[in-house]
Amino acid sequence: MASFLIRRLVGVLPVILGVSIVIFLLVQLAPGDATTVLLGPQATEAAKAELRQALGLDQPLPFQYLAWLKRMLSGDFGVGIATQIPVTSLVGPRFLNTLILTFSSLLLAMAIGYSVGLFAALRAHSLFDRLSMSVALLAGSAPPFWLGLILVLLFAIELRWLPVSGMQDMAGAGGAVDMLRHLVLPTVTTALGPAAIIARIVRSTVLEALSKPHVRVARAKGLGRAALLRRHVVLNALPPVITITGLQLGYLLGGALLTEVVFAWPGLGSLLYDSITARDLPVIQATALVVALSFVLANIAVDMINVILDPRLREA
Amino acid sequence: MSSIPASADRAAIASETKARGGARFWRLKSFARDRAAVFSALFLLVVILGAAFAPLIGHYGPDEADNLARYRPIGTLGHLLGTDQQGRDMLARLLFGGRVSLLVGVAPTLIAGVIGLGLGLIAGFVGGIVDQIVMRCLDVVFAFPMVLLAIAIAGAMRPGVLTEIIAITIVLIPYFGRLARTATQGVTPMPFIEAARAAGGAPVTIMLRYVLPNVFSPVVVYATTLMGLMIVVGAGLSFLGLGVQPPTADWGAMVAEGRVVLRRAAHVTILPGCAILVVSLAFNFLGDGIRDALDPRTIRR
Repeated sequence: MASFLIRRLVGVLPVILGVSIVIFLLVQLAPGDATTVLLGPQATEAAKAELRQALGLDQPLPFQYLAWLKRMLSGDFGVGIATQIPVTSLVGPRFLNTLILTFSSLLLAMAIGYSVGLFAALRAHSLFDRLSMSVALLAGSAPPFWLGLILVLLFAIELRWLPVSGMQDMAGAGGAVDMLRHLVLPTVTTALGPAAIIARIVRSTVLEALSKPHVRVARAKGLGRAALLRRHVVLNALPPVITITGLQLGYLLGGALLTEVVFAWPGLGSLLYDSITARDLPVIQATALVVALSFVLANIAVDMINVILDPRLREA
Repeated sequence: MSSIPASADRAAIASETKARGGARFWRLKSFARDRAAVFSALFLLVVILGAAFAPLIGHYGPDEADNLARYRPIGTLGHLLGTDQQGRDMLARLLFGGRVSLLVGVAPTLIAGVIGLGLGLIAGFVGGIVDQIVMRCLDVVFAFPMVLLAIAIAGAMRPGVLTEIIAITIVLIPYFGRLARTATQGVTPMPFIEAARAAGGAPVTIMLRYVLPNVFSPVVVYATTLMGLMIVVGAGLSFLGLGVQPPTADWGAMVAEGRVVLRRAAHVTILPGCAILVVSLAFNFLGDGIRDALDPRTIRR
């Protein structure tokens, strides 16, 4: 178990190195001189010259990369152009808020996807099955940022049940209940698309598991429905379902970034949006790095869960 | 003596062509029976024609502001789909916006399809160190959530349609590359490739003439299924302001503009979103239809 984790972590090191190269190269994509990109258009010539010296911009690209990597590893992400605040203290609290949104969305997507998929499979070709799969198709094709605005229109503007945006009510008492109220719409927005995909996969996987010979034998032997499902269907359907759920993590993270902009949720997505508008490249780099790294780690976690659930994978 | 095998050959070729033609006909028939796919194809054709001939439809230009006709609701005389906060005709903006949105969804899929197909074909066919290098590079792109990398690339560049196309193309290449590599590895050990090698065919010739045609169809199917998602991703980038700049219309940018007047005139937000939803849905149906028609395993009963 531990050896699997260690092997997986070591195996991912080259990928992380590659990720850092891509993020380093983002500055090269930006139009204009790197010092203007990193310091902003208002920077003085003296400051630019100083930065050029500090970053070794007169040196070849590989050397620049090594110097950059060294600074990254020591936690120095530079200073935000727009805010003049160190990037690390800008990204840290935002990251936590994005994690809150992503996790609640993941839980909701799993809850909806698993239950709807299972029920649809058990009552295949019924009205519920056809209706839920049509809704899933729609939800899977809708742009999440637009879905969020429609939800705002319905539940915040028309019905006035939930707040339009933000994370905390400025005038109210605040606290956990208030944050949960603010969390509802962004979570639903982010979760619907992945929930639709999970539901479709769960349905087809369970249908397949139901037709397996050992399930038919167990049924013929008179095993009760609940025990049959628990022992022979759900357990066998789990590995592909977990893998698909893991794949949704990428969509969830990406979707959460856009949802945050719609709901002014103070996470990395809003930060990314503000940084793009302000052309604040150090913040864009740091945000991309943090999200990519958490995505890589989350994927390893998904693999670990699969290995725990399916002993056959441990040999590989 | 020599004429007999030749004619037998010809007969074999003829029957082979017939069988192939039959298979093609069967595929077409199977596709034609898929009502959702056929309807989607027709619908997309109408949308594409509408976007292409946008200047000929309606009386208004997409950027023609009219201060006296702001916030007109759907169904207003002269403005079938109403107007936005600047009094611009929504129908005209949707049609002209469709040009950009369709381009941003379709072009990257095609470009990335070609590049990914090439990379996957070479990696799978050559193997060894080339395969290792190509696949490790693709792994790096896979390490990013798709939307995040597209946003970061586009965010670093100057906003514009070309930026969006480049950003989406880059994040899509690995998906095609991996698929093409797997398909190539499935074809390479087959006897007819071995025969071509034994007959002394040059590797490049074998790759292009015998392997490529067999890798082509899964890539085409994948491209069609991805186009719906890419319309949505492209709209997302435009929504963030990474695409066309105002006043140019684009479905994603229109949602962003409508957002400001959501309370006052919801249709300005709802309509472009519906356009994205319906077109992406149609691409998904079309992709499913083509997949089912090309995949011999999904025989309809």
